[in-house]
Amino acid sequence: MTLNSKIPAGQIDAKWTTYKSTCKLVNPANKRQLEVIVIGTGLAGASAAASLGELGYKVKTFCFQDSPRRAHSIAAQGGINAAKNYQNDGDSTYRLFYDTIKGGDYRAREGNVHRLAEVSANIIDQCVAQGVPFAREYGGLLSNRSFGGTQVQRTFYAAGQTGQQLLIGAYQALERQVALGNVTQYSRHEMLEVVMVDGKARGIIARNLVTGELERHFGHAVLLCSGGYGNVFYLSTNAMGSNVTAAWKAHKKGAYFGNPCFTQIHPTCIPVSGDHQSKLTLMSESLRNDGRIWVPKKQGDNRKPNDIPEEERDYYLERRYPAFGNLVPRDVASRAAKERCDAGYGVGASKQAVYLDYASAIERYGKVEANKLGLENPSKEKITELGKGVVEAKYGNLFEMYEKITGENPYEVPMRIYPAVHYTMGGLWVDYELQTTVPGLYALGEANFSDHGANRLGASALMQGLADGYFVIPYTLGNYLADDIRTKSIPTDHPAFVAAEKEVSDRINKLMSIKGTESVESFHKRLGKIMWDKCGMARNEKGLKEAIEEIKALRKEFWSNVRIPGDINEFNPELDKANRVADFLELGELMCIDALNRNESCGGHFREEYQTEDGEALRQDDKYMYVAAWEYKGESQYELHKEELNYEVVHPTQRSYK
Amino acid sequence: MEHYNMNLTLKVWRQKNKNAAGHFETFQVKNISSEMSFLEMFDVLNEQLIAEGKEPIAFDHDCREGICGMCSMHINGRAHGPWHHTTTCQLHMREYKDGDTIVVEPFRANAFPVIKDLVVDRSGFDRIIQAGGYISVNTGNAVDANALPIEKHDADEAFAAAACIGCGACVAACPNASAMLFTSAKVSHLALLPQGDPERSIRVENMIRQHDKEGFGGCTNIGACEAECPKGISLENIARLNREYLAATFRGGSKNSI
Repeated sequence: MTLNSKIPAGQIDAKWTTYKSTCKLVNPANKRQLEVIVIGTGLAGASAAASLGELGYKVKTFCFQDSPRRAHSIAAQGGINAAKNYQNDGDSTYRLFYDTIKGGDYRAREGNVHRLAEVSANIIDQCVAQGVPFAREYGGLLSNRSFGGTQVQRTFYAAGQTGQQLLIGAYQALERQVALGNVTQYSRHEMLEVVMVDGKARGIIARNLVTGELERHFGHAVLLCSGGYGNVFYLSTNAMGSNVTAAWKAHKKGAYFGNPCFTQIHPTCIPVSGDHQSKLTLMSESLRNDGRIWVPKKQGDNRKPNDIPEEERDYYLERRYPAFGNLVPRDVASRAAKERCDAGYGVGASKQAVYLDYASAIERYGKVEANKLGLENPSKEKITELGKGVVEAKYGNLFEMYEKITGENPYEVPMRIYPAVHYTMGGLWVDYELQTTVPGLYALGEANFSDHGANRLGASALMQGLADGYFVIPYTLGNYLADDIRTKSIPTDHPAFVAAEKEVSDRINKLMSIKGTESVESFHKRLGKIMWDKCGMARNEKGLKEAIEEIKALRKEFWSNVRIPGDINEFNPELDKANRVADFLELGELMCIDALNRNESCGGHFREEYQTEDGEALRQDDKYMYVAAWEYKGESQYELHKEELNYEVVHPTQRSYK
Repeated sequence: MEHYNMNLTLKVWRQKNKNAAGHFETFQVKNISSEMSFLEMFDVLNEQLIAEGKEPIAFDHDCREGICGMCSMHINGRAHGPWHHTTTCQLHMREYKDGDTIVVEPFRANAFPVIKDLVVDRSGFDRIIQAGGYISVNTGNAVDANALPIEKHDADEAFAAAACIGCGACVAACPNASAMLFTSAKVSHLALLPQGDPERSIRVENMIRQHDKEGFGGCTNIGACEAECPKGISLENIARLNREYLAATFRGGSKNSI
């Protein structure tokens, strides 16, 4: 099968307009007869389900949490980008498009990214109309702030809880449709299979996580909005339940997986404190605006940070990247931290951490405040006190969170930070219409691969999730369903449903019958360690080949020795987890295969063999300017399909931040 | 900060399912690090139970960073435990010392039936939102985001109310098991914004009606909800809800109320 991205012809800024004017429509009476299944209720899923419900489609939503409002979009901190140019600082649709393509290290599709930039402004309008309380200036208008990888202020935010406020907005729109009867909501349900009829996605098998029963649900189309797969690394900033299961089932039913090895490692997270660690917590990128990152100049220096004099500190980002300093993009900052720790300069008990220091910011702000107040010769203590007040106003909630977790006061002692898995740029391959290679099966938001290339810019994940759900899928789904108005609902006693349910039930029975000695959690931890060590921030051929073998062996061990307590027909979180970890054990192998195939370094994918003399990422545009779309051909067998990326507008260059 | 290990006695509520009778079960956990979060201590206990061939304790959790609202334990008589403005997932073991006994129960309320062990059904909150916790604006209808300036003070107050994570601690803390803090946070958030104005009467009436229908108790201004709320949602919101309700009544109610 050749991949057809279905990018409309024409100038980059006319493609989406042309598409919208020419795509097929479904009349209101027919919409009422068409059923749509939405998996996941984060920004992409909730916005899609609400918008489709408003249009009159009959929608069903599924989420594994106890309410749609808990989806992990809720944890996004910093903000959402939009090309509004309210600041009059030179922003435009083109600039947002350009920054996103460049930030993605030239591995994203131009047509999709331009559309994203075009609809970004509508997202802000829609959210404000819903009552999302964005930060405002005293004049009553919306406030903006800066984020990495851009030179304009285009980020809209609601304190450090932007994701929460946007998700609540979409959730409320969704609940309104539930009340109106257009959407039926299934919480504590997990999708465990796609049902295919005549080559099209026509429904799902879902497990009711409270009773353990399997349910069959028909849909004329199925939308996967199930998020990313960062939890394959065990430790990540994702929620505990975030998983790849829905996307992986789709993959095994014929949906190609795009660029699975593209993972974002976020530079500023609270480091691991011990073997008990269950997840990692992000400290917003905004902290790098004022904080300075350093390690001691001496290896294995065990002194307390405040006892290390200024001249014995290495501000390595400022040293290596004088032009951008502490504000280099996420991939660059993460690798630099790893390089220092690997070389023996790490700090803290684990030596896997660097300092993020606010002392100089406190002093700088303190002096400005003292001037404002007209204090003559203020004491050092007074300056520190005033400076702390300013830092608290800007970052107070983050400092408080750090203190709760570590028990250390970051106003007094530098924070310890280390990179952690945060987001996956890879995902199900989709065309311009967000349709996977399976007809009738769509992927939205983080679950697809489409817009961020090899590295995502800050504040762009929220933008993409809502763009896909509010403004793209309502058009592109109609274009598909217009040909389906004569298809009656397929009864769920159809053989395809029976067979799919049996497949799921056989697998669950098999899992439960193993009755081994090792817990699901322990297998997950072991997988995470392989992935982090060999397919994490830096990868090489030897390590990846080892990882593939280790994962295969671990998978075999899992299927012969996992212990799952409890029964099938009851609330059983260990069984839920086992279903998810079993899929991670397959995905991990594909990620390594993809990383091994890509003999270049780009964005978040750093192959040690491909770097410049200064240790920077070295792309191989002549060989790898393509999307790697993998087709499942049976256990451990994947066939590579390439979608060549044609840059008609932006000319790829080597990124430099020196 | 000095790290230390501790041994603890846990008394945890066990209940097979909604209809079964529940009871406390006592567990010993050893070598718990002061660095662990409270839920990581439960992870250790559950791994121990699995190794012993016993059934682990079911509890709700997801983001483990205090924002999703899924975790819900009642710890030594307090919703989300002893720390101020903190969810269970952000409570850390340095709060405890060697030899301590900790009692853990689910959030108790008739409107929150127990599903299993420490897991309760909070879907009543979704239904309260369905009754009116939204602004009726279809996708595509919006005017430019800056077309309508909103006073910063109002926007900030709306945000403070909208910061509610829907965890249900307010219900668990209230002797009447009232969900008035939760309901009022949404009423306030939307009433403070001009976009929420057209539906203000119908919203407050329908949401309160649904609140009562779910079996949540009445508010008698005790204030335990505010004291235990991990997000610091203010009692002011309940006062505002009462004003909104009264105003709706004076207006003769909404023509559209059910």
